[in-house]
Formats: sequence, C-alpha cells, structure tokens
Amino acid sequence: MIANYGYKDGSGEYYISIDTDKCIGCAAERACLAACPNEMFEIITDDYDDEVAAIKQSFRRSLAFDCAECKPAAGYASLPCMTACTPGAVKHSW
Amino acid sequence: MYSAGIDMGSRTVKVVFVEELKVDGAPQLKWGVKGKHIMFPEDLDADQAADKAFDEALQAAGLTRDQVKRVVATGAGRKQVKFASEDVTEVSAGAKGAVFMCPAARTVIDVGAEEGRGIKADGDGKVVDFAGNEKCAAGAGAFAESMSRALQLSLKDFGEASLRSDKTIPMNAQCTVFAESEVVSLIHSSTPKEDIAKAVLDAVASRVTAMARRVGIEGDVALIGGMVHNVGFVQSLKTALGVDQVLLPEMPEYVPALGAALIAAEGK
Amino acid sequence: MADTAGEKKEYWRWQESCWIDESKDWRAAKIVTAGIDVGSVSSQAVVCVDGELYGFNSMRTGNNSPDSARNAIQGVLDKSGMKLEDIKYVVGTGYGRVNVPFAHKAITEIACHARGANYMGGNAVRTILDMGGQDCKAIHCDEKGKVTNFLMNDKCAAGTGRGMEVISDLMQIPIAELGQRSFDVDEEPNAVSSVCVVFAKSEALGLLKAGYTKNKVIAAYCQAMAERVVSLLERIGVEKEFFITGGIAKNPGVVKRIEKILGIQAVQTKIDSQIAGALGAALFGYTLMQKQGASAKAA
Repeated sequence: MIANYGYKDGSGEYYISIDTDKCIGCAAERACLAACPNEMFEIITDDYDDEVAAIKQSFRRSLAFDCAECKPAAGYASLPCMTACTPGAVKHSW
Repeated sequence: MYSAGIDMGSRTVKVVFVEELKVDGAPQLKWGVKGKHIMFPEDLDADQAADKAFDEALQAAGLTRDQVKRVVATGAGRKQVKFASEDVTEVSAGAKGAVFMCPAARTVIDVGAEEGRGIKADGDGKVVDFAGNEKCAAGAGAFAESMSRALQLSLKDFGEASLRSDKTIPMNAQCTVFAESEVVSLIHSSTPKEDIAKAVLDAVASRVTAMARRVGIEGDVALIGGMVHNVGFVQSLKTALGVDQVLLPEMPEYVPALGAALIAAEGK
Repeated sequence: MADTAGEKKEYWRWQESCWIDESKDWRAAKIVTAGIDVGSVSSQAVVCVDGELYGFNSMRTGNNSPDSARNAIQGVLDKSGMKLEDIKYVVGTGYGRVNVPFAHKAITEIACHARGANYMGGNAVRTILDMGGQDCKAIHCDEKGKVTNFLMNDKCAAGTGRGMEVISDLMQIPIAELGQRSFDVDEEPNAVSSVCVVFAKSEALGLLKAGYTKNKVIAAYCQAMAERVVSLLERIGVEKEFFITGGIAKNPGVVKRIEKILGIQAVQTKIDSQIAGALGAALFGYTLMQKQGASAKAA
C-alpha cells in the first residue's frame, strides 16, 4: 500500500508517501524514526495489522513548514529520512 | 533627475519618487525619497488607475512627467502599467526597499494580506534567495484578518490583545476556513480573546519563520508588509525567530514602491 | 435497496434517513455486525447480517462523538426491534472513531470506505473518491477492497464540503440547488483560478461585479472544485471502475464535471453514498468474527 501523508493547498502539493510493502519487516531497523530531526515518523499497526512507519498526525497538515529546514531554498541533494530508509519506502512529492 | 516606482496592488496603487543625492563624505547616500502617494482605484481599470495615481503623485510631489527619468512597476498588476520601462516582482522590490530602509537587514520577512515569505538579500538589496507560501491564506495576513473578524476585533486591537496573553495555545487547523470554526469553538469554551489572538498570531509567525529558515536567517531581520502594524505579530515573530529585535522600516506600506523606484534609479 | 432519490431536494447535510431491509430476518442470521462512522458533519450506523447490508441510519453529528454514535445506532435498533447486545461486533470509523463507546475496534475511514465501495459498487471498483464535510479522500483499492494507495486531505478546505458551504453562503443559495444551477448558464465559464477558499471567495465576488450571473459564478466554482478533486485523484492514479462516496456524490454540478475531465462515468448505486464508511466498518466486523469463529473451531 502507498500511504500518502500530507495535503495539497493553494501553495502546492506536499506529501510524504510510504510504500508499506517495503516497510513491513524493515531492513533498515526503523532508521527513519531517528533520522528525522523533527521526529515526525512513528510506527503504527495499520488497518491490515501490519507494523509500518507513518507520519504522526500532528504533522500531516503542516508538512510544508515542518520539513522546511531539511529543504533549503538554495537546493539540497538528499533528505535525512529518504537516505535513512534504505529499502526506499519513503518519498517526498515536493 | 528623479525616478519612480509604482506598486499596483489589488486594492491600492502606490507611487514613490526618489531623487539623486550627492552628499559629500557620505557616498552611500545616493538616493533620497522625494515623495510618496497612495490611491484607491475602486472601480477603475488597471491602466486608468495607474495613470491617475501617477498624475496625482506627480502633482503632490510638484513634479512633471519629463522630470522622471525612469519608472519601474511592481505588484500584482505590474504588467498593466504601460508607461513603466520595466517591471520587477514584489520580492525584488520588497528586498530592495527594505535593505535601503534598514541597511543592516539581510533577511527580509514580507507578510502581506495574501502572502508570506522569507527573503535573503545582499547588502545592495538584491535577492539571494526566497521561499514563500503563496496562494494559501494560511501563511499570510489574511489568516489573521479573518480570525480578528471572528473575534470581532479590529486588526489593531487584535494585535494589542495578543500582547496581554502569556499563554501558548496551539491551533490545530492550518486552513483559514477551518481555523474560523476552531476560533469560534474557543470563544464558546470561554477562552479569553487575548489568548486566542496570540494563538492565531503565533501560528502565522511560525509558518513565516519556517519559510525564512528555508533561506537561512542571516544578519538583522526586517519585517515588511501590512503586518508591520500589528504589534502582537511582531512580538510573536521575534519569539518564533528567537531574536531580540525585528527591524521595522519607516513607511512600511511603501517599501515595494520604494524598491521599484530605487531599481529604476539604478537602471541598467 | 435504499432509494433516497425522493428526498434529494434537501441538502445532504440536513437529510437524515433510516432504512432497514424488510426482506431480511436478522433473528435468523448467524452473525450480526455493525459499523459506526462518526464524521465531522454527519454520522452513520450500518448493520449487516451475515455480511449483507441490513439497515442504516444517517444523521447529523451532535456535540459529542459518543452520543452521536449511540443515536445513530439507536435508529436502526428501534426500527428493527434489535438490541445492542444482539450485535456481535461493532467497528468504529471516521473522525470520531476512537470515541464510539460500544465499539470493539476502530479502523480508519480510508480502509472502511474502500471496503464499503467494494460492496456497493462491485469488486471491479479500483478508484474511490470520498468528499466529506471537512475532508477529501482519494483511494485506490484491489478487487477485495483492500487499499493499495490513498491520500486524505483534511488540511485545506478547498475540495471539501466546507468549500461548497462557503460558496452557498456567499451566493445565498441553498447548497442542494448549487449543482443544478451550475448547469443553467449561457456558456460554461473558466474555473475560478484560486484554489484557496479565502481567495476564491474574493474572486467569486469579483466575477459577480464583472457581470457574471450567480449561476455562472457557481459553475466556475464547481469546475474549480472538480479540477481540484481530479488533481488529488491523479496522484493515486485513476483506474476503472470509479466510485464516488460522501456528500459530494449528491452534487451533480461537481460530479458531472469530474466525470467530464476524467472521461469516466462513476458507478451508479441506489444505496445512499454516505454510508460507505459505516458499511465498510460493519463488513470488517463480519470478517473479524468469521476469523474468530474459525480460530475457535481450530482450537
């Protein structure tokens, strides 16, 4: 399952998507939890009883601002969460 | 010789004239403000409004069209100004004007009714980088305006009320429309107005600060745009940025028009 | 099947309906389950007998979730002579799902809508759009109704029921009439360009000033709404069959425009589109009971 956390508003589209099929039985020992400087990730048991990473509810409506520091306007080569997730389950839409 | 900047907004047209100064021993003082003028176009078409505002401004400053070397336009309707030789974005004009007014500023935060953004500028007021949250009322003055209406306070009283609060209530709603209902339920649960006002202004400040962090906060921070007048917002912004002071330029409404006039004066 | 066509003059938010399938005898059923969807604006209770829809009740959400949940299920209980104890498993869903006092489990509305749509629209349904009072969901699912891709937007009012309420207020036209009126125009206008509801409001006022009729402004707004929803759907990929649930399904002004942009007709159903979440929850309950039964037998 691709879980898209985030939103689209007038200013743009801001989603962090997690491919739960790559997330189940994590091969990176849940490195996302520690990698995010804002501690935005958590492990949940989803509706199909799989233990997967998700973005905490309190961040889902403000990603454009919460991720701002990892995304300097001058450009960036990598993001901590995506780098930490070696199975490649985490993606940013913006 | 004079140069002019014209800021075509959706509700107002502003004109600023600058003149060349030659101050011995102070070579940095190259230009001074000759005059400023504001006009409310009401039902006028954009090009008529630009003409009328410019004529009024010339008259007020005691100038004629021939004396004005160049005109640069900015603002949402900048493309409509036929007599301008060039147009520049609000970002460029705002940064230029802000650094002229506050020479130590390298970070310019611009919060108008419709947008909020963080700009990094160099010593000449040239934009190095900027990040904004445009086309969404949540990161702009419109958010505060809308909430002050829900609280039945003027924007000025709203800002002052917020200064009387020392509480930090997080707002759950990000969207202006949803936040209105949240404010209404806070009112119903007898939350003091000043605490609600502070919660709202803190929310706008934290969003704008996030944008400023994207460009990297350097040097002094100057605030421009309509929110300059909101003392509560200025306080919330200082807290969010973690700085002791935020520079507030003189004649804040005219900063973009001034920036455009300076760009005209320096004309390449 | 429940046919609510006769009541469609009322705006969906205010329409409360209760229905049971008289042809079924719940007393003869092996497993009775219920799903309760406590939404921000309306709440629904659905009762299933042996995995088949038996009855539902749809009403406005009250001041608190527990009472809304109780009132919703009470409607079906009263009409059928059932007692709460007769229901073996209750699943709560929706925004107030963790506050359903008699629920055995809470499941997100995403999973429940997919499951409900799979039942209502058939197992060929792959794409589901749910537009509720304060959110919008785009879901892609497999033939079993299991979610394969989803997004939920509850951050921004644009593209939610609230967005429609705002224009209805502004135009001072009952929300239920907006859809029909949007087709009563001399020519289809361009969509309102602002996404943000706050800015779209000023834009709409500007259009009125510029001489647009109210209907034409509504048409421009409905088109913007449709374009916005389509952009959400495109993120998860649009595949046939396409099914629409929630209040939006009752606004032809938006639905027809969505269908036109996508070039796909939405699957029609006679079941009230608003019960999809609660129905899915009740079906989840049924599956869980079956599993429990199977493991009990094995032990």
